[in-house]
Amino acid sequence: MNAFAGFLAAVLMMASPILIAATGGMISERSGVVNIALEGLMAIGAFTAATAHYFLEPSVPGSVWLSLVLACAAGLAFSAIHAYSSVILGADQVVSGTGVNLLSTGLTVFLAQILFGRERTEPFRLGIMPGVFGIYPTAIVAAAVIVGAWYVIYRRPIGLRLRACGEHPHAAASAGVDVKRVRFGAVLASGGLAGLAGGCLVLTQTIQYTQNTINGAGFIALAAVSFGRWLPEGVAGASALFGAAVALAIYMVNVEALRGLPSEFFSAMPYVITLVTLVLFSGRNYAPEAAGKAWEPGGS
Amino acid sequence: MNRKLPLGDKVLDAFVESRAAVSVLVVALGFACGTVLVLAVGRNPAGMYAGILQTLSGWDLTRGTWNARYIGEWIATSMPLVLCGLSMAFAARTGLFNIGAEGQYIAGLTAAQFVALLGPGIPGLHWALALAAAVAAGAAWGAIAGALKARFEVSEVVATIMLNYVAFFLSRWMTGLIPGANTYRTPDFPLTARLDDAFLRSITNGSRLNIGLWFTIGSVLVFWLLMERTRAGFALRATGFNREAARAAGISVRSATAASMAVSGAFAGLAGAVVALGSFSYGRVLGGLDNYGFDGIAVALVGGSTAFGTAAAGLLFGMLSSARPLMQSRGIPKEIALIISGLVVVFVSLRAAFKAAGDLMAARTAAAAASTGSENPEIEGGAA
Repeated sequence: MNAFAGFLAAVLMMASPILIAATGGMISERSGVVNIALEGLMAIGAFTAATAHYFLEPSVPGSVWLSLVLACAAGLAFSAIHAYSSVILGADQVVSGTGVNLLSTGLTVFLAQILFGRERTEPFRLGIMPGVFGIYPTAIVAAAVIVGAWYVIYRRPIGLRLRACGEHPHAAASAGVDVKRVRFGAVLASGGLAGLAGGCLVLTQTIQYTQNTINGAGFIALAAVSFGRWLPEGVAGASALFGAAVALAIYMVNVEALRGLPSEFFSAMPYVITLVTLVLFSGRNYAPEAAGKAWEPGGS
Repeated sequence: MNRKLPLGDKVLDAFVESRAAVSVLVVALGFACGTVLVLAVGRNPAGMYAGILQTLSGWDLTRGTWNARYIGEWIATSMPLVLCGLSMAFAARTGLFNIGAEGQYIAGLTAAQFVALLGPGIPGLHWALALAAAVAAGAAWGAIAGALKARFEVSEVVATIMLNYVAFFLSRWMTGLIPGANTYRTPDFPLTARLDDAFLRSITNGSRLNIGLWFTIGSVLVFWLLMERTRAGFALRATGFNREAARAAGISVRSATAASMAVSGAFAGLAGAVVALGSFSYGRVLGGLDNYGFDGIAVALVGGSTAFGTAAAGLLFGMLSSARPLMQSRGIPKEIALIISGLVVVFVSLRAAFKAAGDLMAARTAAAAASTGSENPEIEGGAA
C-alpha cells in the first residue's frame, strides 16, 4: 500500500509539468497556432527557475514560488518570438517553432556557461517539498491550470472567440474578433504555461538544469494535446496516462511483475499510444480546423 | 487591421526574390546576432572567428601553426549534416515537413551497428552491407510516417516527432541485446566494418575523414538527378507545389507522399551509418539524441531545399559544429554555435513571411491600381 502511494505520488510529479505544458499547447492550438516550441520553452522555464532558485534560496523565503513566477515570465517572453513570426508575420508555424527549440537549447546552456562556468546550473539545495502522502504541490498548480483553462475556454466570451479563431478565423473576424490579437495572446499564454511547466519539472524532479533536463517532456505534452483530442478533460487524462508511463519507466525495478520488461518499453509508450490513436481516429478530425494555418485579413 | 508592413524597400525586395542572396543574408544576420550576444556577455567575439578560421583553413592564429586535421574534421562533421539536410529537403520539395530525420538517422545507425557486429566480416563487403542496411532501415522508418500520411492523413509533423522517440528507445533496447553490450556501448567493430580510409586520413593528418565522403557527394548528385532530371522527381515536385493540381494531372499523390518520405529517410539512414562506422570504433547504446536530424532541418532551410544549396549549408553548419571546441578553448561558450543555428532558422521563417507579405502587398497594389487607375503603385503598396 505504501509503495502504491509512493508510485501515485511519482505519477503526479511526472504528470504535473506535462499537463501544464499540454494545457498551454491546447490553448495555442485551439486558437489556430501549432506550438511545437513547447519543448524549448520548457527548457527556458526550467533554466530560469533553477538559476533563480539557486541565487535566491539562501536569502529569500519561499523562493521556489518566486522562481516559478520568473520561469513563467521567461517562457512567456521567449514565446513572443514564435508569436511574432507565426501570428503577426504569418510565418510557417513548424519552422518558427523549430527555430525556437534550437535557439533555447543553445541559449540556456550558453547562459549557464556564462553564469556558472560549466554546462549546467549549480545545484540548488532544496527544491519544492512534497506535502501530505508525498504529493508535490505542483499537482495542485497543474489542476488549477487545467480547470482554469476549461473555465476560460468554455465559460468566458474570450474562450468563445479563441475557439472561433481556431475553427474559422474568417467567420470570427467578420464577427468583429481581432484574430491576430487573440492568437498572439494564446501563444503567449502557452509560452507562460510551458515556462511554468519547465520550472515545476526542474524544482521537483532534479536539482539543477542540464541540457537533458527536459528530454522530450515538451514533445510528450504535444502528444498529450493530440491524444486528448484538444479537450481539457482529454488532455488531463492523457497527461496522467503519460505521466504514469514515464514514472513506470523509472520505478518498474520495484515492481516484481514488470522487472522482466525493458524500461524503454514504458519510455516509448506515450509516443506509441499517440501514434496508434492518431491512426485509429484518423477518419474523424478532432484538431481545430484552422490550426497550423496562418491567417491574413481580407485573404478571401 | 491594415498594418504597415516592414517592407517596401527595393533592396529587401531583391533579397526576398533571390534564394541564395536571402540565405546569405539570413546567415549573416544569425552571425551578427551571435556576435552581439557574445559582446553582451563580455567575451571577445574574435575568439569565435579565430575558431572558425582554424576550422576552415587549419591555421591556428594564436600559436601560428597549421594542421590539416581541422579541415578533415570539418568535412567529416559536415557529412551527416549534409545527408540529414538532404533528407529534410527531399520531403520539403514534396510539400512534407520531415521533422523525423533524427529518428530515421537512429534507425540507420542502429541497423549499421547490427550488421557491423553480427554481419559477415568479408573485407570490402562488410561495410557495404552495413551501409545498405542503414539506408533500408532509414527508408523503412521514413516510409512509416509517409504511409500514415498517405493512408490515414496523419500529420507527418506529429507522426515523425513521435517516431523519433520511438526510434530512440527501440535503438537503446535492441542495441542492449547485442552480446557483450553494457549500458552505453557494444564491443568494438571488426575492422572490415569501419569506413576508415588510409589515404583520406593521411592527407588530413589523422582526422576522422572517411569514405563516407564519397557517399555524401554521391547522395548530393543522386538528389539532384532524381529531383530535377527524372519523371518521378517531377511528380514529387508537382505534389509539393499543389496537391490538387498534381492529382488532377494524374499523379498519384498517395504514392508520391509515401515514396518521398522513404527516400527522405534513406538519406538520414545513410547519415546514421556514416557516423556509426566512420566516427566510432564501437556501437553505442544511445544516451541522448545526436541532433544531426534536427540540425538537418536548419541545413535544408538555409540551402533552399536544393541539392547544391543543401551541400553548401551542410558545410556551413558543419563548420559551426566543428569549431565548437575551438571556440570553447578561446573562452567562448561553445553553445554559441547552437544559438546561431537557431537564430538562422528563426530568420528563415521570417523570410518566408516577408515573401508572403510582399506577395500580398503586390496583389493589393495591383487591385488598387486596377480600381483607381493609380499610376504609382509604389506609394499604394507602402500605405497598405
